[in-house]
Amino acid sequence: MSAPLIDRLQALYKADEQLAAQGRLIRTKMLIDAGEQAAIITIVDGVVTEIADTARLVTPVWTFALRAPAQEWEQFWEPAPRPGHNDLFALLRRGQLRLEGNIYPFMSHLLYFKALLALPRTV
Amino acid sequence: MSAQYEPVTARYLHLDLGRLDHRVFVEEAGNPGGVPLLCLHTAGADSRQFRGVLNDPDVLRTCRVIAFDLPYHGKSSPPAGWQRGTYQLTAASYADTVLAVIDALELDRPVVMGCSIGGRLVLYLAADHPGKVGGVIGLQSGGHVEPYYDTDYLNRPDVHGGLACAGIVSGLIGPQAPDEDRWETLWHYMQGGPGVFKGDLHFYKVDGDVRDRLAAVDTARCPVFLLTGEYDYSCSPQDTQEVAAGVPGCQVTIMTGLGHFPMSEDYASFREYLLPTLGAAAAAREQLLAGVQP
Repeated sequence: MSAPLIDRLQALYKADEQLAAQGRLIRTKMLIDAGEQAAIITIVDGVVTEIADTARLVTPVWTFALRAPAQEWEQFWEPAPRPGHNDLFALLRRGQLRLEGNIYPFMSHLLYFKALLALPRTV
Repeated sequence: MSAQYEPVTARYLHLDLGRLDHRVFVEEAGNPGGVPLLCLHTAGADSRQFRGVLNDPDVLRTCRVIAFDLPYHGKSSPPAGWQRGTYQLTAASYADTVLAVIDALELDRPVVMGCSIGGRLVLYLAADHPGKVGGVIGLQSGGHVEPYYDTDYLNRPDVHGGLACAGIVSGLIGPQAPDEDRWETLWHYMQGGPGVFKGDLHFYKVDGDVRDRLAAVDTARCPVFLLTGEYDYSCSPQDTQEVAAGVPGCQVTIMTGLGHFPMSEDYASFREYLLPTLGAAAAAREQLLAGVQP
């Protein structure tokens, strides 16, 4: 990954009020796993309040995880992603993304999480 | 100020399907004496997806464009008693519905253009009912899709079904699609009835594996044209190429920049592919009707 995962994920703090309102019922911890790097994103009432590098955590705790190879995240976050890389479900269809844990918050708020995790594309 | 009507008119058609009366919404536009072009919408959506085709003067000059909402979709109601059952589309029920529309409207070997589940269904029509159609255009046609997510999330009381359905399909739209049409397309999904998208996916992912029927398709009796957007990962270009490999004589075009809903997400781009395909389909149908083998 050209930039550390934790740096790429800083864009998630830039979620606007409209997106936060969509996620107002979400209180969860989401693990983003990119192979050798991983981070846990804490969301409270739709707002990202903390992004923690799992390497710094003694006991990483999360509700659900999205695991994909670093290169897949890189391609997903390209400003103009190519076919097969433009959506989390495109990665799922190609078997490159794994969803684990209690995925209810994710599946019940797909538009929210898709928009949130696409934010690194815009910076 | 005069009313700004589109050239589209709509009526309700009553069809007897499975011994039950169905009230089906049908809209049409174009040249009454032109090539009948019957349009089939995607799973969980409705005929509004064809608003671009139904308003395109270059199409309406040569075609009579007809689009209808499947039962349970759009303005077509479910049959009486629906509340006692679970909606599931099957290859047989879907084909019966389309054939019933063709018969009821007395369409003379129409060109049938379907997208996604419709793109699958036209392959069944080509295989099993070539005498009823004058050719098919499959948009986003694949032979089969293995499940890659849990469709139970599309219909459960603790998840907003409209938002879930739109959330599932949102990434199937090409990234460059105009915002207005992207969100119109998603709005149709947000308006679907409970369990309807999921019920359609029963055909798409379980019952409607058309691969073993492809050998029966004879493009001399039913010309086949396949158009697939490159950003579709549900029915990918590879899926369409696999269908094409099993249907000698069919014509395949992969559409740059487009996704799973070409006619709805970006009609201006789609029509660049559609117009020449319609021209070829109309010519092939004319030869069929004249009894000339292509």
